[in-house]
Amino acid sequence: MNGLFDLPSDLQNTYWGLIALHLREALIPVLAGLLVALPIAQLCVRLRWLYPPVLWVTTVLYAIPSLAFFVVLIDYTGLSETTVMIPLAVYSLVVFVPAIVDGVRSVPRETLDAATAMGFGPVRRYVQVQLPIAAPAIIAGLRVASVSSISLVSVGMLIGNQGALGNLLNSGMIYNQPRLIWLSVIGTAVLAILVDAVLIGLRILVTPWMPRGTRQNARPTALKDAAR
Amino acid sequence: MNVLDFINAFFSDSAHWQGYDGIPTRLLEHIQYTLMALGIAAAVGLPVGLLTGHTGRGGNTLALIATAARALPSFGLMVLMFVLLGLGLAPVMIPLVVLAIPPILVTTYEAMRSADPAPVDAARGMGMAEAEVLFRVELPVALPLILSGLRSAAIQIVSTATIAAYVSFGGLGRYIVDGLYQRDYEKVVGGATLVAVLALATLGVFWAAARLTVSRGVRRGA
Repeated sequence: MNGLFDLPSDLQNTYWGLIALHLREALIPVLAGLLVALPIAQLCVRLRWLYPPVLWVTTVLYAIPSLAFFVVLIDYTGLSETTVMIPLAVYSLVVFVPAIVDGVRSVPRETLDAATAMGFGPVRRYVQVQLPIAAPAIIAGLRVASVSSISLVSVGMLIGNQGALGNLLNSGMIYNQPRLIWLSVIGTAVLAILVDAVLIGLRILVTPWMPRGTRQNARPTALKDAAR
Repeated sequence: MNVLDFINAFFSDSAHWQGYDGIPTRLLEHIQYTLMALGIAAAVGLPVGLLTGHTGRGGNTLALIATAARALPSFGLMVLMFVLLGLGLAPVMIPLVVLAIPPILVTTYEAMRSADPAPVDAARGMGMAEAEVLFRVELPVALPLILSGLRSAAIQIVSTATIAAYVSFGGLGRYIVDGLYQRDYEKVVGGATLVAVLALATLGVFWAAARLTVSRGVRRGA
């Protein structure tokens, strides 16, 4: 128990194991949220009247405090990782839906008309024209959702030690080992920053036609980023 | 037994409505903490955001601050402060304020930047002083967005103050944390319901505030 990364045995994990667990618990819900958000956003783009109510629903769902959300789910999914993941997926919608809708709406009318004139069907137009142009906005949303998600997983510690790195907080309190708490806080923060950096790299990769700078055309999403 | 039964049992038990662990007491505590943290965060975030937004300087720095603050795990920070500072209000208030400042700051900045430059130029042309331009032209236009920043900060505070019960804090989180330790599921679900209702009420308060303070012309344009 005197090495920097030694953990108490009741966690049944090494530090690296906890990090892997944390990443899994944080990122699976974000990806699930993205998969749900894509069709919802597409519907909102098609049917304009649907957008405000959908925004309302996501805002209201986002307002439900994480601990309360976990606790109500215990009755259905038990003290499990799933219970932690479901709320995180729901929270990510509040970021994704506006980001994707704004991104897809930012595609100029002429571009769409040109695609149609070239004989693109609706599916091909969506995949080859709308999605690539919306990609920076979607990745901006991914960044916010992933970083927030990584921070929130720790709260899962309160429900049956399902918090990955958050479980270190409890051990630190029980065994009076501030080192473990530092490990948890710094580990989580570094993880969030690294994931953010990876996503910035991804944006540069998938949008080679854009300038390398951080100045994106996704100005409106930068705003939503801030407001989360 | 499903969740609804638990909720019903919790709220119909008269013992839950009195004493230091009664619903009114805990609810008041929670509201008090929220207002306090939001007040401190707004006192810091609003002036800085308004000024930087007005001058248009420091946007990149603010974006950096926002990203860094989001990367900080709020729950971990709370436990850390608790271990470092011991019992009391400070270890909980510090993380709450640290959490709430970035959304207020960045949204205020962005809201001020997004004000239409034409009326702002017109105001200057009419000979308004800088302070007048800020408060009489830019602020009314930016108000809906500024309020949405305050709203998300408030909701985060309500949510995080719940978790703070783990480090001996009062408020509604007590029911959830104590209930989990005591395996008293009724208490846990009751607490969760109260917190969720409070968060939704917060949304409602901000919605009403926006209705009252945002001028009709701005709302029509939105």
